[in-house]
Amino acid sequence: MHNRRNMLKYMGAGLALSASLAFPAISHAADMPGVTDTEIKLGNISPYSGPASAYSTIAKTIAAYFNKVNEEGGINGRKINFLSYDDGYSPPKAVEQARKLVESDEVLLIFQSLGTPSNSAIEKYMNMKKVPQLLVATGATKFGNPKEAPWTMGWQPNYQSEGIIYGRWINSEMPDAKIAVMYQNDDFGKDVLAGLKTGLGDKADMIVAEASYEVAEPVVDSQVVKLKASGADVFINIATPKFAAQAIKKAHEIGWDATQIVANVSTSVAAVLTPAGLEASTGVISTGYLKDMQDPQWADDPAKKDWEAFMDKYFPDGNKASNFTVYGYSVAQTMVHILEQAGDDLTRENVLKQAASMKDVTLPLFLPGMSMNTSETDYFPIEQMQLMKFDGERWVNFGDVISGEVGG
Amino acid sequence: MSVNTTTTADSQAPAKQGVSLPAPAAATGNVKIMRTAGAILLAIGVAAPFLSGNFLIFQLTMMMIYAIAILGLNILTGFNGQFSLGHGAFYAVGAYTAAIMMDQFGIGYLWTLPIAGIVCFVVGFLFGLPALRLDGVYLALATFALAVVTPQLFKLTPFEHWTSGVMGIVISKPDAPFGLPLNPDQWLYFLTFAIGLLAYVCARNLVGSRTGRALMAIRDNPIAARSMGVNTALFKSLAFGVSALYTGVAGALGAIVVQYISPDSFHFALSVALVVGLVVGGVGWLPGALFGGAFIMFVPNIAEELSKGLSGAVYGVIMILMMYAIPTGLGGLLKAALGALSKRSTTR
Repeated sequence: MHNRRNMLKYMGAGLALSASLAFPAISHAADMPGVTDTEIKLGNISPYSGPASAYSTIAKTIAAYFNKVNEEGGINGRKINFLSYDDGYSPPKAVEQARKLVESDEVLLIFQSLGTPSNSAIEKYMNMKKVPQLLVATGATKFGNPKEAPWTMGWQPNYQSEGIIYGRWINSEMPDAKIAVMYQNDDFGKDVLAGLKTGLGDKADMIVAEASYEVAEPVVDSQVVKLKASGADVFINIATPKFAAQAIKKAHEIGWDATQIVANVSTSVAAVLTPAGLEASTGVISTGYLKDMQDPQWADDPAKKDWEAFMDKYFPDGNKASNFTVYGYSVAQTMVHILEQAGDDLTRENVLKQAASMKDVTLPLFLPGMSMNTSETDYFPIEQMQLMKFDGERWVNFGDVISGEVGG
Repeated sequence: MSVNTTTTADSQAPAKQGVSLPAPAAATGNVKIMRTAGAILLAIGVAAPFLSGNFLIFQLTMMMIYAIAILGLNILTGFNGQFSLGHGAFYAVGAYTAAIMMDQFGIGYLWTLPIAGIVCFVVGFLFGLPALRLDGVYLALATFALAVVTPQLFKLTPFEHWTSGVMGIVISKPDAPFGLPLNPDQWLYFLTFAIGLLAYVCARNLVGSRTGRALMAIRDNPIAARSMGVNTALFKSLAFGVSALYTGVAGALGAIVVQYISPDSFHFALSVALVVGLVVGGVGWLPGALFGGAFIMFVPNIAEELSKGLSGAVYGVIMILMMYAIPTGLGGLLKAALGALSKRSTTR
């Protein structure tokens, strides 16, 4: 009896001691989830399978870039542990993977989760958990709303900015134009159209015709014919690659010689302009923000040589002709920049704060003159783009870098 | 010819009797084993949310939701012999019914479940009527079309006011009522658990009733069923309706648990997954739904762990191995094992 009571006493003392020892360590770890003295855990969700699996090249490029960073010593001595899971472009699966990353793997943040539906699905959860959802891979304007979703931030120029840029350019270069717009009837098409009207300002009545199409429709020929009949001399083609190609081809076939603008998502020479016909595509205008690695004007650019060396050493299977590798390389550099800025204070709050205080940050593969700026009220890192024109073989940049700041 | 068939039937009869009619003692033994297994499963089910983290609770909840949907598919395919490749459509209709009611009209989430069930029953029953003319692969094709078309319908402009088109609908997660000391994940787990249990008991009673026997008679020999006075048209449509009701309730629960729906949530792959779950669980064996749900919930994750780029291929290989090892699903395997067991006990 006496013995047992003693034992209990010792056990109690032992527990109290171990608790007092353990507590500081626990509270320290709780402050910086996903971070140890040697490692930073970053989560990612990408479609490695399913209809959008072509996009997984971006995550593969990012993983390769983080390998390079780790081999060169990491970030302040910490290696990046990049956990990338497959959601097959399915929102319920994205929720499952986000919860796995946050609750089971305990990552510092989720970075570059891909696709508007998947990011919409996890946005509420991430903000409730106060886990940063940084530099998401979609241009939907809704992912830049610090008031309602302070933990969610985009990266690439949002669709609305792109529309604003077209509007401003038309306003200054062709003030007497009559504009016809074809747009995809979803958030992408409507965002660009809304931006275009903002960019035109009080001259929004320059738009003489609008026609929308559903993704489920097989062809958009009738829309193009209808728009031509409006007598417009500028044709704005806000479409995803398949439909953009159809529209360019049809406009050429019916002899509509309007100035054509095609959305930035459909500027691939291989996937859009070649199927539409290179002759039909000559003279088409669009916007860009990253250097086109196929463009001979960058042949001697040191940034291009760095990128090529990276691709050869860390991602030899990657396709150098794909824009996705340039995109992944640049967005990974942005993440590294944010983590470096955060220094040793790698709490979720501080990382978010650093992401929201980028000032004139430029990346090697940005077009000259471009930079990223964010603030607590501005969650759109890239809002500038430069116009470019297709000369029958490649895109040629022209004019100045134009800002498409939303509300600015 | 007729002589031939009678002799083969005769020669098969005793062999069949030997398997399907084991000695009474052994039969009660089997029932005992099944009951104990059921009780253990129930105990694990109640204890699980207190022993695991929220993420696992979420996964288990999704597993049970898929199990409810598979239960519904089992009533249609397993007991009535109608093949459906389109149950993802009913799942989507249930999910959208619940989400729109919560989002647009502010109706409590619990009320959305029975209404989603009723809406899906009606949709399923109406779809079942024209489907009466179709059999086998033709019915599979018609339901396949349904699965492909439904998500597109939610994108259409006339409905966009309610469905929000491709943007989808975000739903808030409900808290536990009556001040129960449960977090939202645990509460949704128990809600799903209770509904799943209720669904299972109802399905069991249905299958054991006159109606159930009529459904099976239609599956086994429609002409004989009709000549015995079974209204095949009515029962086949009813089977479709009930099956859709189950799947619709599962869809509504899924929407509440995932907190977000969009047309992309109900890709055609969902319908295929439900059929996969049905087959690996065992066609015509109700408890197999739980195993089927676990299979479609967890095996893709295992496949992804083995190889990210080739996860689809790994999943396929696992499925092929599964079908090779247990061609009749878990239900068939258990039946065979229990049969062997009882045979042994009778010979002893």
